[in-house]
Amino acid sequence: MPRREITSGNWAFAEAMRQINPDVVAAYPITPSTDIPMKFADFVANGKVDTNFVTVESEHSAITASITASAAGARVMTASSANGVALMHEIFPIAGCFRTPIVFGLVNRCIGAPINIHCDHSDSMAERDAGWIHLYCEDAQEAYDTAILAIRLAEHKDVLSPVFVCQDGFITSHGFEPVEILEDSTVKAFVGERDADFPLLDVDNPVTYGSFAMSEYYFEIKRQQVEAMKNVLKVYDGVAKDYEAVSGRFYPKLDRYRTEDADFIVVVMSSASGVVKDVVDELREQGIKAGCLRVRMFRPFPADEVAEILAGAKAVAVLDRALSIGGTAPLAAEIKSALYDCGKNIPVQSCVYGLGGRDFFPQYARELFMDLAAGKVSREERYLGLLE
Amino acid sequence: MAIRIKDFTEKESPLTNGHRMCPGCGAPTAVHQGLMGVESPVVVVNATGCLEVSTTVYPFSSWRVPWIHTAFENAGAGVSGVEAAYVALKKRGKIDKEIKFVAFGGDGGTYDIGLQSLSGALERGQDFTYICYNNGGYMNTGAQRSSATPKGANATTSPAGTASAGKPQKPKDLTAIVEAHHIPYVAQTTLFNATDVAEKVKRAVETPGPAFVNILVPCVLFWGIDPSLQQDICKLAADTRFWPVYEVVDGVWKLTYKPKKRVPIEEFLKPQARFRHLFKGDGSKAMLEEIQADVDADWQVILDRCGETWEV
Repeated sequence: MPRREITSGNWAFAEAMRQINPDVVAAYPITPSTDIPMKFADFVANGKVDTNFVTVESEHSAITASITASAAGARVMTASSANGVALMHEIFPIAGCFRTPIVFGLVNRCIGAPINIHCDHSDSMAERDAGWIHLYCEDAQEAYDTAILAIRLAEHKDVLSPVFVCQDGFITSHGFEPVEILEDSTVKAFVGERDADFPLLDVDNPVTYGSFAMSEYYFEIKRQQVEAMKNVLKVYDGVAKDYEAVSGRFYPKLDRYRTEDADFIVVVMSSASGVVKDVVDELREQGIKAGCLRVRMFRPFPADEVAEILAGAKAVAVLDRALSIGGTAPLAAEIKSALYDCGKNIPVQSCVYGLGGRDFFPQYARELFMDLAAGKVSREERYLGLLE
Repeated sequence: MAIRIKDFTEKESPLTNGHRMCPGCGAPTAVHQGLMGVESPVVVVNATGCLEVSTTVYPFSSWRVPWIHTAFENAGAGVSGVEAAYVALKKRGKIDKEIKFVAFGGDGGTYDIGLQSLSGALERGQDFTYICYNNGGYMNTGAQRSSATPKGANATTSPAGTASAGKPQKPKDLTAIVEAHHIPYVAQTTLFNATDVAEKVKRAVETPGPAFVNILVPCVLFWGIDPSLQQDICKLAADTRFWPVYEVVDGVWKLTYKPKKRVPIEEFLKPQARFRHLFKGDGSKAMLEEIQADVDADWQVILDRCGETWEV
């Protein structure tokens, strides 16, 4: 029987790691993801897992060792945040290109300067072109479930790509809430064993990883990665349905909340969606046709489905918890791009909120919906909760 | 069992002949001589550098053994990850073979940008051998200075000129830095004696835990020597005491080659174009004297560590 526990996003992710019992974990502490390797170290120290836990001296080494261990044929997990993620930046595309199916607990935190330990999405958004799958979780339950689901997605033969399982730093990672934990045997059966193709440790069939490919080949190799990422869109629902069969919980790529007949839709990711959904309910009672679209899968970006969901709306607002300074915020850019082809010219208001852990209050969402309803949509980026 | 040169001719090297390194380059020689003494199957981890780019030009590979490269500064972490996977999969009964792990990095990837990654891997005590093929500069990118570049060398980021006699600093003592991690096996050698390289690497690989071998190898292009002089210049490096040849087993230092006579440092410097400016006019005499004084002082440090005297 599954059990319910009061736990945090970090501990829930670590609990999933215990149940998955990966071959190798190479990790380095950084706030707010530190709890994950700490909790996992406890599991190692008390014989709850028999993973080879490599206590590396930096995030750069954590991701390097994760890639080489994965290329060797091991199932590998790790976690990090913020500056740690930024330090790994050089190495992430290598994981994408080597098609090493690492599952990575990314606990979102802003990137300095100024230095700040709280949540925004600037760390993971800076890695959106690295060839990794990005899944953003709303709460601790989803972080737990996605850690398990992501193993199967990453190792799917048509995918073979690393996955970021993102959750909001402190808000989700340190917030305690009830989480349903599956039985160990259920998780073990769901993830199975990794069956690696071309493992480096097959000394009888030696392979070369990371060779030097100049202009004659580089382009084609990158093109193959594009195809693998497209395959994610095809196979994801199958994996999510398999997970639903063992857990009772289905996690779609895009979480639609009362969008079917909505005139005004706010698009958001991760924990802030709870606030938006509450406000949607409130406005619906007042007769305003509000809806919320939570983007769970950001890479690959399910653009066609997004366009389909938003096509009937009169106006859309996009909430980004990251800037693209001098350009369009990352989620807004994707949404606008997805909507362009549907030819409906739906007004889109781009909004940035919550940078550096700034709170996101229902009032902001309420005002935003009212502005959409009043036709107050501008090409100018708006900043919610900013003191100016 | 002692290693015989004859055995080399009968054994297939993990690195094929069809690579694209320069004729006379010391790096592939270090790989051949080093790995041919190793009995177990090996997996090779390579830092970015000449050896990496010239042996794996896609879609070809010159490696007969499993080989992986990720980036420049992380061969230590790279070999850690592969070894960690091996230990994990062996414990879980998914692998039964005895496999050894050898990382190769140039001096740029080892002394400089990869030092942290190497230090971390050494401290963790994982079972691997790290070989630094040290040619004293960033030769892959055109002979920029590294912290292994000799004092007085003309490097492209420390060029000799009217106001400079070449690189002003002496190299850091990386082998001693590695030894300070108190790992079971550390050695320093050069390509003056094939069996010495093979024996040291064999011992390094067979020693459980981390091991490190620092091999001075010439870059014919940027040292500015004739390709045929590879062994001669390495012999001069050892004989002038520019590059002491020794090993440290469980903390015990041992000189494994003692030059029979006092050969002045000029003998090593003069055949190399990178030191040519030191031999023009009188302007650089002070630099030559300084280099000799460094060599003498460093040699005394090694003698003291090894509990040796040297009277010639």
